[in-house]
Amino acid sequence: MAAIDWGFSINRPRTIDIDNNNLRKSDEILREMPELQCCIGCGACTASCTAGNLTEFNFRKVHTLVRRGEYQGAYEEMNKCMLCGKCRLLCPRGINTRGVVMLIKRKLGDF
Amino acid sequence: MKRATWSEYQKDIADDKYYYARSCIRQNFFPGSEKAFLDILSKDLGKDIFDDPAHSSCTGIGYHSDIVPLETIMTVVARQFAMMTESGYENFVTSCITSFGIYTEILATWEEFPETEERTRENLYKTTGREFRKPKCLAHTSDIIFHFREDIARLAKRRLVNSGTEEPLKVVEHIGCHYAKLFPKSGIGGSEFPYVLAGMVDAWGGECVDYPERRHCCGFGFRNYLVQANRGYSVANSQKKLESMAPYHPDFIVANCPGCTMFLDKWQYTIAEMDGRTYGGNGHGIPVLTYEEMAGLVLGYDPWELGMQMHQVDVEPLLDKMGVDYDPAAKYLGRNGKFIGKPSAAVVNGCSQDFIYDIKL
Repeated sequence: MAAIDWGFSINRPRTIDIDNNNLRKSDEILREMPELQCCIGCGACTASCTAGNLTEFNFRKVHTLVRRGEYQGAYEEMNKCMLCGKCRLLCPRGINTRGVVMLIKRKLGDF
Repeated sequence: MKRATWSEYQKDIADDKYYYARSCIRQNFFPGSEKAFLDILSKDLGKDIFDDPAHSSCTGIGYHSDIVPLETIMTVVARQFAMMTESGYENFVTSCITSFGIYTEILATWEEFPETEERTRENLYKTTGREFRKPKCLAHTSDIIFHFREDIARLAKRRLVNSGTEEPLKVVEHIGCHYAKLFPKSGIGGSEFPYVLAGMVDAWGGECVDYPERRHCCGFGFRNYLVQANRGYSVANSQKKLESMAPYHPDFIVANCPGCTMFLDKWQYTIAEMDGRTYGGNGHGIPVLTYEEMAGLVLGYDPWELGMQMHQVDVEPLLDKMGVDYDPAAKYLGRNGKFIGKPSAAVVNGCSQDFIYDIKL
């Protein structure tokens, strides 16, 4: 297959395909922490995040991807969290965001 | 807000006396299609169509690649209209979807900003000494074939059915984005429910496949393929469509845009060579036809006269299914009977990669 140098390769789509994604882990996370369903995606967690100021870490993005079954790299991302808990103070829905970080790390260590 | 209705998305198409503008891409990749259009119109339907050797490219590819400025392309288009006026015609028919989009866009611009039309008239007069009248009717060639679909059905020698089982052929119809997505009212059925190709398929006995990515772009998009490094995005769009249509087992694809026909055909070759994946039956690709080729087959034309040997994906499985008589030995003989060369074997035509690259396992 490598006999021809095409100068390009076929781009993989970035579509999130919930029909084909395995949502088992995502369902487990929601079962153990149902309050996560209250998230309105306001982004206060990300805006107040110290780790996010220093790195590319984006809590809202990562937990949203995890809930949609996109687990690739989620564990490594969550490892950037310093567990300071400032996001917990700001969340308008009172979600235990630090607990979410810990839960995702526990559930997705294999991914 | 006024609701859009089906009747608003119909267009007036002239019945006779057309000025024909050719397409740059089609003349190279599907040269038989334009000839077939002229033959169908003049010989089968007895219409007056003028194939003017003096008209030029509309420079649409350069325009969409940011090379040709708007004022320049307006003047080029004005010259095309001047050629039409000088030949005594009023109905402009263009073979290319890009050109059709360009003409529609420029006529709409002149309507909204009359000073641009004045400037263009001045530029044209200064540079060539010509003057022009705007066309009374602007149509794409697929509009014309659609307009005469019932006449063609009456003259039909074959129908779009499987000759063995008498079941209708499953057809994927693909409409070029610049046909009705730029100006929805310029196309039959608008951008959401374009009926131009589906109407032909219905009239000639086939059955359209309604698959999830039916209205997705083929990935042509000028900028997407002009730079080699960007072509991965272009091919990804075609692949998305092919993956979406494959479960419905279509017998062939028909497109009304030169770029779509070319890329849906040629990207199948690329995907097969890169990934070893094909989307048709028995490890082959899905044949891609132009609407003139489809009309030509229905009217009983010889497939090699229609230029179907120029396709990347072999059309023989479709011809066999339709019960078309053809001479396999004549496939690569040109119009004067001279051998035109034969392409190498390809994965998309059911040849194994090991054979092609002579890999010793």
